[in-house]
Amino acid sequence: MNDTVFALWVYLARSPLLWLTATILVYCLCDRISAALNRTPLANPVLMSMVLVGLLVRGTATPYATYFDGAQFIHFLLGPATVALGIPLYQHRTLVLRALLPMTCALLAGSLTALMSAVLIARALGASPMIVASIAPKSVTAAVAMGISQRLGGDAGLTAVLVILTGILGAIVVTPLMNALRIADTRARGFAAGLAAHGIGTARAFQVDPLAGTFAGIAMGLNALLTAVILPLLL
Amino acid sequence: MLLSLGLILLCQLAGEAIAHGTGTSVPGPVIGMVLCVLLLLARDRIGRFAPAELRDGTFEQTGRTVLSHLSLLFIPAGVGVVQRLDVLAGNALPIAVAVAVSTVLSLAVTAAVFSFVARRIR
Repeated sequence: MNDTVFALWVYLARSPLLWLTATILVYCLCDRISAALNRTPLANPVLMSMVLVGLLVRGTATPYATYFDGAQFIHFLLGPATVALGIPLYQHRTLVLRALLPMTCALLAGSLTALMSAVLIARALGASPMIVASIAPKSVTAAVAMGISQRLGGDAGLTAVLVILTGILGAIVVTPLMNALRIADTRARGFAAGLAAHGIGTARAFQVDPLAGTFAGIAMGLNALLTAVILPLLL
Repeated sequence: MLLSLGLILLCQLAGEAIAHGTGTSVPGPVIGMVLCVLLLLARDRIGRFAPAELRDGTFEQTGRTVLSHLSLLFIPAGVGVVQRLDVLAGNALPIAVAVAVSTVLSLAVTAAVFSFVARRIR
């Protein structure tokens, strides 16, 4: 009997279906929890799902490559989702065009702050050049950040992880931080979330307000663009 | 619904083609985002000649569906943390401080500059 169960597990654990199903169901559970807690920032659905799925993968001694075989179908949707950010951008285009000057200033200031502070702090605390290069593009959306990191001699896999951790942290702190700084402008709050915390910050902004989400999406796109251009010049 | 999905993928495909063709560092999906806006502006221009699915709100609805679970899409990459636990543990201090301080700082600077300039020009 045990042998049959084991054989079945060996079969299922290798099929993409198992980990695709697990990822979606764990996320549904965590999203429910987040909704039940009134979307309180600390109950971040990405963080909770990542921990739970990570424990499942570790607990079953599944190689990450096997997990990713199934999860890649979800990962693939990051591209189309980025394209779909064009829809709220189109719908709010007059508001966006009116905010062109504040956006440009905030983009330059924020983008430089994000990468300079990360590089200087990591260096000051004795991180190796490989770690510094991996940390520098941490505020940029994962696919772009990995490309930048690799070009600078960083570890693309480590960068992906740091990007996600940055996104989660940004999504958790943005609301209380903006309240503490008394910044009430929805556009400014959203733009900051997208610039510092890319897609995860954008997801958080959409949870709070569609206009904030729109500005977050623009900030994410613009910061990816600007960082890709200036970071190789700075490091 | 299907045509909308196809058009979103087409925007991304064209974006990737432009990105690779020109060797720019702008990511393909971000170019695709711009193409998506241009597509909607073009739709407004051609009015009733546009396919029904583009005019009846289906396209917008499809985009909203894709975006409503944006958080889900980051989990596969995030689970990759299981592969890097040793590097993270070995460099815990510089990584934790750099990520935490830099993230809070860039959020604050971005929002402060945005709202300062926005108040000035009004």
